[in-house]
Amino acid sequence: MGRPSGDLLALRGVSKRFPKGVAAVEDVSLDVAEGDFLALLGPSGCGKSTLLRMVAGLTGPSAGRLDWGRDASREIGFVFQEPTLMPWATALRNVALPLELAGVPHAEAGRRAREWLARVELSGFEEAYPRALSGGMRMRVSIARALVTRPRLLLMDEPFAALDEITRFRLNADLLKLWQEERFTAIFVTHSVFESVYLAERILVMTPRPGRIAAELRVPPEDRATPDFRTSAVYAAHCRAVSQALGGAMAA
Amino acid sequence: MSLALRVLAPLVVGLLVLGGWEWGVRHYAVPPYILPGPMLIVRTLGQDWGTLAPSLLVTMRITFLALLVAATLGLLLAILFAQSRVIEMSLFPYAVVLQVTPIVAIAPLIIVWADDLTLALLICAWIVAFFPILSNTAQGLNSVDPNLRDLFRLYRASRWQVLWRLQLPSALPYFLAGLRISGGLSLIGAIVAEFVAGTGGASSGLASRILEAGYQLQIPRMFAALVLVSGFGILIFGALTLLSHLLLRRWHQP
Repeated sequence: MGRPSGDLLALRGVSKRFPKGVAAVEDVSLDVAEGDFLALLGPSGCGKSTLLRMVAGLTGPSAGRLDWGRDASREIGFVFQEPTLMPWATALRNVALPLELAGVPHAEAGRRAREWLARVELSGFEEAYPRALSGGMRMRVSIARALVTRPRLLLMDEPFAALDEITRFRLNADLLKLWQEERFTAIFVTHSVFESVYLAERILVMTPRPGRIAAELRVPPEDRATPDFRTSAVYAAHCRAVSQALGGAMAA
Repeated sequence: MSLALRVLAPLVVGLLVLGGWEWGVRHYAVPPYILPGPMLIVRTLGQDWGTLAPSLLVTMRITFLALLVAATLGLLLAILFAQSRVIEMSLFPYAVVLQVTPIVAIAPLIIVWADDLTLALLICAWIVAFFPILSNTAQGLNSVDPNLRDLFRLYRASRWQVLWRLQLPSALPYFLAGLRISGGLSLIGAIVAEFVAGTGGASSGLASRILEAGYQLQIPRMFAALVLVSGFGILIFGALTLLSHLLLRRWHQP
């Protein structure tokens, strides 16, 4: 699992202060290499989402810089906490949206959207409207939409937080499989220790308000290759270490 | 509640009221120029159909035209408002002024100013009808899901793409709700304007039939015209409700 060298993105002393003086993120420096799967772990309201929105370019930092290695700022996919689908459009048209906004012809966009719906195991639901889909299926549509442009960087903001645990486990496994096949770079915001250990190679633990990076832990690929990783002792050990780091960050 | 009950319950109430009315009129021998019974009204409707039907057509035409113009202009103005806060802030108060001024008070002026009576009636009905469409649609255009808006920004959607693919579909339920209100209002506007114009004897819509029947103490005919007005109003509301149901059923949030 050799990772291509060369940084995709470097954050240098990034802070975000809201107009009323609330500091959401403080002095975050971070290097993201291509192919990384990175989790931002922290309690609710620790500024992880704000950090993600700054990477997406949806809001600017109050201080500090974001340096893109190559111009990858245009090759971003984003998965929100809610599925955020257009209720008036079918699953297929929802997935095709980013392509159509970029001017890809209707038929071609539809063809590629169909492929991606199949890859998130939603073949046969092309013509279904969001309200006819379950929460997990809507999230799959949302993931297909984020990946349909083959982005270099996939940003996810607690995408599975609202789902039941069984659905979340399946989506975690499917997301990991997609990542192993596609090798996009992923930044995944979560408040679940278990989820972060299961998914990410690099886990950045954040402090509450203002969000700062308190610790970085790694789950090496060879550990993840353990059979039945989620029930293994290796997994449990990583979870314990991450929990301790989180406890430390909360106390700081 | 089952559909049968929803249809049957009001039907039973209606029949009871009509039956009681007919019985009361006969039992107390109320003269028809004070209060005609339902049977007499229905008979009159049949007898006077020849004069009432053309008037109904005149009123329908004004109402539909007013609704069409109100929907088009209301929608276009709302889109204009959504493009810039400055435009919205500078024009919206005047839309409110038009809305709160009683139409009866300005109808005589409009009738004097406009050369053509149909045009005058149309303007009156439009003034009454357009505000709900404007304000509802403007609100709809601004109540887009903020995450979807971010998504469109992330993919660098043009202003036109945001309007066409995001704002207009988001505003559709609001627009349709406004349209349902305006349907009834455009009929009211048309009738009120006809009343004002009708005192000069120039109009030929249902309101002038009602006035005329009043002068001649043809109370059953007055009621017959009234039945037509209400029936038409109910029809408009029903048709617009159906339209809204058909357009929204697939994506209406459960």
